[in-house]
Amino acid sequence: MSTETIHRRPPGVEPLVIMQDVGKSYGNVHALRGVNLEVYPGEVTCVLGDNGAGKSTLIKIMAGLHEHTSGSFEVNGVKRHLASPRAAQALGIATVYQDLALAPLMSVWRNFFMGNEIRSGLFLDARRMKTIADEELQKMGIQIGDLDRPVGGLSGGQKQCIAIARAIYFGAKVIILDEPTAALGVKQSGVVLKYIAKARDAGLGVVFITHNPHHAYLVGNHFIILKLGRLTLDAPRDALTLDQLTAEMAGGQELDELKHELGDVNPGKVVDPDNPEIELAGPGKPKVQAGSSRDHEPKGEV
Amino acid sequence: MSTPTATAPPPGDTDDRVVAKGRMGLLFARPEIGALIGALAVAALFLAVAPSFRSLGNTGTILYAAASIGIMAVGVSLLMVGGEFDLSTGVAATASGICAALTAWNFGLNVWIGVIAALVFSLAVGAFNGWMLMRTGLPSFLVTLGTFFVLQGANLAVTRLVGGTVSTPTISDMAGYESARSVFAWSVQIGPVDIKSLVVYWLIMVVVAALVLQKTSVGNWIFAAGGDSDAARAVGVPVKAVKIGLFMTVGFCAWMLGMHLLFSYNVMQSGEGVGNEFIYIIAAVVGGCLLTGGYGSVVGAALGALIFGMTRLGINYAGWNVDWFYTFLGVMLLLATLVNLYVKKKADSR
Repeated sequence: MSTETIHRRPPGVEPLVIMQDVGKSYGNVHALRGVNLEVYPGEVTCVLGDNGAGKSTLIKIMAGLHEHTSGSFEVNGVKRHLASPRAAQALGIATVYQDLALAPLMSVWRNFFMGNEIRSGLFLDARRMKTIADEELQKMGIQIGDLDRPVGGLSGGQKQCIAIARAIYFGAKVIILDEPTAALGVKQSGVVLKYIAKARDAGLGVVFITHNPHHAYLVGNHFIILKLGRLTLDAPRDALTLDQLTAEMAGGQELDELKHELGDVNPGKVVDPDNPEIELAGPGKPKVQAGSSRDHEPKGEV
Repeated sequence: MSTPTATAPPPGDTDDRVVAKGRMGLLFARPEIGALIGALAVAALFLAVAPSFRSLGNTGTILYAAASIGIMAVGVSLLMVGGEFDLSTGVAATASGICAALTAWNFGLNVWIGVIAALVFSLAVGAFNGWMLMRTGLPSFLVTLGTFFVLQGANLAVTRLVGGTVSTPTISDMAGYESARSVFAWSVQIGPVDIKSLVVYWLIMVVVAALVLQKTSVGNWIFAAGGDSDAARAVGVPVKAVKIGLFMTVGFCAWMLGMHLLFSYNVMQSGEGVGNEFIYIIAAVVGGCLLTGGYGSVVGAALGALIFGMTRLGINYAGWNVDWFYTFLGVMLLLATLVNLYVKKKADSR
């Protein structure tokens, strides 16, 4: 992958989106304050942050689902207040949501063209839509096979890729990806990351929202970290290492405190599965031993 | 010459887990297949046990019974694919007829003005249902249940207030009645079969609605709005407009039925229609509509209506006690949903 080369921006390239001092309040709750963000074509801007840091609010403003309440938001040099997702799309901003924006019972091609159907006369041109959907998906290296299948039966990675391919096909200049790798396995994440790199190489401005610094560092050109609705880091790739990014993301200070707190704990300790000292619960419960009794199996795993 | 290994992609590069569906697979993936099987089964049953079911002359009667359910099921099935529900459909048809009759009679107007007033009224009720739903985000079950009770009460109260009895005054001697009757309640004799206008209107509406649902952008939006309304909105589908439009379509169907009933009997009984809303919903569900939205078919709902038309008359023709009709209805509903579930699993797992 070309991610090892540091991306140098050619002179004279204007940002597609400029956010200056953008904020969003819901009554007395300030979900977002003083956020500056620039999205350049052919770059991946990563927005990192823990749960509840304001990432979703930020993308919702860019996607036109919410209007910002302070600061300025420019698209192609014109100040905007986006009132609807349609308005954002008209400006070339497409968003791929965490929950995918695909209707599970609809077929692949119907989902691909949802809201932007091709018609010949009054009626849908199903054959052309299928051909285009197939071509676009092949181009990005996704094999679906039967395009009449409902998307509900596809894997998470395939769904993400359909959603991204759809956004790119419909002339997006800026594509916002809301935690595209959060629910995916290692291999599926790789597929999506490759896809992000492809979108970037095609000259799109990509905004990649994630809480995984490893994924972000693999493809990102510029990184911002949000914490409690504020910007805590804003740095280009060459000013950061992965370790720094991870530390910043975890909130340096807090990580040190955590280290201190866990300092007394012996990390290599093994507990007798039949007489555990503490009851762990939940899906994150580690497998204690291969072949241990059934009630020690992790529950809720998908 | 290329070696065979050069043409075949290396394993792992292409996803060869999905093979194209066979013809049977595609057929079974259709939502209306359960209703088709059901309709054939019911037809076979009554053809075997009821001699008068076999007489060609009764076909018109059976179709008429199907149409009186089916015409509302057209709107209801579209609405259910769009992810919503309407409990006010049964009384809405009655309300539409009462509106037409009372407007014309009370003000001494041409009957056609009453007909137009009823259309406006029915569309407005639909628009109100849709608007209320979109505005408040309440479940459609609650909103339309409210509309149902409002209409049920108003039907009785207004009719008694204006006319003094529980049925609307006779309007058959009023100007425009004959021409309206010739539009809404005509019938034609084809050989031994007597085709009522409602049957023709029903079939036209089924064809139009099925085309809209399957072959147009609006149809795709209906599927999208019902399948995942947030997703649909995010990609630019006008979800609110679609849903309000669907409720208004139901209103239009209620108007069609209301006008037919009014001009067939020339009075409206103000207490009629209660309970029919469930029959329309059942017809749609038997036809393959999911209660959760995003999946279903207009043709399936028409087949569902046909099943009930055949049953209602078949029980009669077979000389069975007609009290069993609702029991049969329940059994049919359960069977249909089971078949739909099975068929859907089967189709998806291929």
